[in-house]
Amino acid sequence: MDALPRAAPRRRPSAGTLGLGALLVLAYGIVPLTGTSYVFEALLTPFLALALAGLGLNLLTGYAGLLSLGSAAFMAVGAYAAFNLSLRLPGLTLPVSLLLAGFVAALAGLVAGLPALRLRGFYLAVSTLALQFFVAWALNRIGWISNDSPSGVVTAPRLVVAGLSFDDPRGRYLVTLTVVTLLTFVAWRLVTSPTGRNLVAIRDNETAARLVGVRVARTKLLAFAASSFVIGIAGALWAFAYLRTVEPAGFNLDRSFQILFIVIIGGLGTLRGAFLGAGFIVVLPLLLSRLGAALLGDGFDSGTLEMVQRVVLGALIVAVLIREPAGLAALLDRAGRRLGRRAA
Amino acid sequence: MSPDLALLIEVVVGGLLSGVMYALVAIGFVLIYKTSGVLNFAQGAMVLLAALTFVSLTERGLPVPAALAATLAAMVVVGLAVERAVLRPLVNQPPITLFMATLGVAYVIEGAAQLAWGTQVHGLDLGIDDTPIDLGGVLVSRFDLFAAAVAGLMAALLSAFFRYTRTGLAFRAVADDPLAALNTGLRLPRIWSAVWIAAGIVALVAGLLWGARLGVQFSLSLVVLKALPVLVLGGFDSVAGAIVAGLIVGATEKLSEVYLGPVIGGGIEGWIAYVAALGFLLVRPSGLFGLRAVERV
Amino acid sequence: MPLTTRLRAALLAGTVALAGAAPRAAWADEQYFPLQSYRVGPYAAGGTGFFGGFIDYLNLINVRDGGVNGVKLTWSEGETQYEVERGVEVYERLKSRPGIAAWNPLSVGIAYAMIDRVTADKVPLITINHGRTDSTDGRVFPYVFPLLLNPYSETSGIIQYLGTRAGGLDKLKGKTVAVLYHGSPYGKETIPIYARLAERYGFTVAQIEVPHPGNEQQSQWLTIRRLRPDFVVLRGWGVMNPVALKTAQKTGFPADRIVGNVWSNSEEDVIPAGDAAKGYVAITTQASGTAYPVIQEVVGRVYAAGNGNLADRKRIGSVYHNLGVLNGILNVEALRIAQARFGQRTLSGDEVRWGFEHLRLDEARVAALGAKGLFHSINVTCANHEGEGRVTFQQWDGAKWTVVSDWIAPDWASLRPIIEASATAYAKERGITPRDCAAEEAAAAAR
Repeated sequence: MDALPRAAPRRRPSAGTLGLGALLVLAYGIVPLTGTSYVFEALLTPFLALALAGLGLNLLTGYAGLLSLGSAAFMAVGAYAAFNLSLRLPGLTLPVSLLLAGFVAALAGLVAGLPALRLRGFYLAVSTLALQFFVAWALNRIGWISNDSPSGVVTAPRLVVAGLSFDDPRGRYLVTLTVVTLLTFVAWRLVTSPTGRNLVAIRDNETAARLVGVRVARTKLLAFAASSFVIGIAGALWAFAYLRTVEPAGFNLDRSFQILFIVIIGGLGTLRGAFLGAGFIVVLPLLLSRLGAALLGDGFDSGTLEMVQRVVLGALIVAVLIREPAGLAALLDRAGRRLGRRAA
Repeated sequence: MSPDLALLIEVVVGGLLSGVMYALVAIGFVLIYKTSGVLNFAQGAMVLLAALTFVSLTERGLPVPAALAATLAAMVVVGLAVERAVLRPLVNQPPITLFMATLGVAYVIEGAAQLAWGTQVHGLDLGIDDTPIDLGGVLVSRFDLFAAAVAGLMAALLSAFFRYTRTGLAFRAVADDPLAALNTGLRLPRIWSAVWIAAGIVALVAGLLWGARLGVQFSLSLVVLKALPVLVLGGFDSVAGAIVAGLIVGATEKLSEVYLGPVIGGGIEGWIAYVAALGFLLVRPSGLFGLRAVERV
Repeated sequence: MPLTTRLRAALLAGTVALAGAAPRAAWADEQYFPLQSYRVGPYAAGGTGFFGGFIDYLNLINVRDGGVNGVKLTWSEGETQYEVERGVEVYERLKSRPGIAAWNPLSVGIAYAMIDRVTADKVPLITINHGRTDSTDGRVFPYVFPLLLNPYSETSGIIQYLGTRAGGLDKLKGKTVAVLYHGSPYGKETIPIYARLAERYGFTVAQIEVPHPGNEQQSQWLTIRRLRPDFVVLRGWGVMNPVALKTAQKTGFPADRIVGNVWSNSEEDVIPAGDAAKGYVAITTQASGTAYPVIQEVVGRVYAAGNGNLADRKRIGSVYHNLGVLNGILNVEALRIAQARFGQRTLSGDEVRWGFEHLRLDEARVAALGAKGLFHSINVTCANHEGEGRVTFQQWDGAKWTVVSDWIAPDWASLRPIIEASATAYAKERGITPRDCAAEEAAAAAR
């Protein structure tokens, strides 16, 4: 079930590059001019942050085949690290503290990755839960992490880069977009590099990979570190650019599942998948609820609506998995091919 | 008996009894994993559904046996429906896809259960007096003893079923080698249906006992988090392993909270079981019941 | 985004269509309450009760009085499931509606995420009985109102009550109090205050954490059994509360020596515990039951006409429902006070803030509102956004809550310096210049 884009024929990259270029023009040129504050604050910023988290998890689960249920913990580590860095080292600029926060998360990822040298599958997945709950406990227990704030909830610093304030909806969106674009590029370089191929080799057949000289332990740890790096930065964006407060409860197990959903619905082992999946998981519920409200009116019991929405969302997830177990990215590929064939 | 010793005994006994409750939930996972390799995360939602249905029916005036029968029927239908509509179309997909599908199922069940019965919090009284029994200064909960007996009985019944009945043997054959089992003419779909029904029944028992402990409400579905370390320790595929691991996890958790908690800070129960299970696995990757070569390395 | 606009128009049309029989043109002005409600998920029981009561009261004002001085009250709900990011989404979605009076999330996490936003948008944020303690200092948090009771006052109120149980605050000396708290920022918030009060009154305090969600508490209660405390304070949350009461019974601790805080004081917290909850005592800012004229009017005018918000009429007069009604009273009275100054029309958020900062309801006014006995009084000022709310204690008899104490005043004076210190630190961190309340009042009077 190799859903890697490298299976695609050679002429496709040009079309892909074109599409990517158009997307970037749209994201940088058109959206900032036309979007409303709601679009930035409630749709695009969380979408981008979660897509980035999905991208990070995809490096681990999609490419290296290592299952993790601790993504939210890495997000939390990234968010709190960024908070502490900018609090305690006021000289740091935002990009630097984001980068360092990513490294702190990567370190946590290395530790969390150690069991992966001995365990795999669900045994590994459940062992990452140890980290998930430990981080939640530590954030709550160790006062200085939240600057001894009596309630443990901290307010994120303002977004300022090189003296320019990005502290309005559009600015926050642009900061998030830029970070996500850069990291997506880095991730793309990683998965197309020899290291990336090693990851896939381990996923597909660990023994064979070992035979051909892949240093399995090192590569697995690298996958954990790289993945947590990206997820950590996503967590910092989630807290700084989106919610603007940081509290441990926001990084609970549900968030980990949400990110795993994004990766699997979107398509394992594809970079696009994370974005497609994030679109599905973030935007779809909002559309559903607004559709419901529009159809039934505001006064309709919002609880009932929400429950129906939950059922519909669950059913849609199952439906997507049954229809296309390789995720939305594969679905899109297939649709594209069909379109191409018709055109030809 | 010195008070310190009495406390120690109380902690251990309390832990073991709680452990049985964890095992009760874990068994539901084991049944399905054993035969179809699916980590069924919807088990928690099924526990919630069972308890909520039973309570709502009794509150609407249905006598207990009738409510019990109706709930049982509902659980059977749900189990069958999930197997038919979700897992059968996904057969041969990688385990992670199946796992995600069960999460989707959990959404559907949770939503539907609350849609049908509301989000109210209910009390559930099984008619067991929960005043403690004093055994020479050590207090033991009557309810926990009862729950442990029920769980033990259920585990014994399941073991006997696996050992002595034809269907049970078929279960084991499927668990050991699905292809070989197919070759001998076993009808896999039928076994899967049976196992989902069994998981529904286990969810009902767990739902009633946990519901009586916690009250029947949304949080009931969170009991799966207590079952996961048990599964890691005991193996995803062993009923006996689940019981033994449940006991170990329960006792470890309570002992560390009471004696380690004051040293490193309280509230460690949430993760200590996971760490303990993990540590054990790292030392002994074949798990507690390392009879078969479990793919963990 | 044309789709968004169209949806928004549809939403608006929906509100108007459902808002009542009266045609839109009949109302000169409207004041809108965006509700970040939660009717699903783990805390649904609290959400349905609170928002149900709030809506019922707004409805009553519209039906009985034709709105506040002719200004009609409107509202719409957005489901949050108590999750912060969904609360933010609802905020962003509804914030551009006209005539917003105030936000009332009833969620600490959502409230925190909104502090910056409401301050920028100049709309009041009401966090009745919860919220950020130092937002009591209105000089630093002009738009945030932890009305009636912040977590520190709650702590002080509980200790005052334990003093009456012991036969006087001085009798607390040498006693032992165990505080069982939820393992979350919320649960931890009062740790330093309990420690401080223990030192002051000479009792021993043991603060014991229960990890979220709190469905297992054997070890904590065994620790309590070893300590043999005189009282246990339950600072619980959701499922943790009934489990605490059940486990207390299992370990032989009497329920009448357990005292719950404001998040452990509802029917939903005790009913699942069954008999184990009989005798349990909890703090509250509003009495429960339907005996109060205002609740009777809600029943007679709103529910009798089939417009009640609660699906289950048995929940009328429950703790959360009455809290919702009380929240309605406070919001509506703030509007009335602001209207007296700015005119009987749709007010801006900033004008409503002024109303909240002059929200003074003495016992006579409370009685006139039909709420005598439901709550005591409130006196909000520019500097004190909590408003000196009194607390009382209620005991569960297995079927209902009964008030068992007088209205108790927390020791605000001793808490104020801690609050001010925290607020000042926040102001410094965020570069806020605290307001000069005296000067503002003088300027307002001169105008």
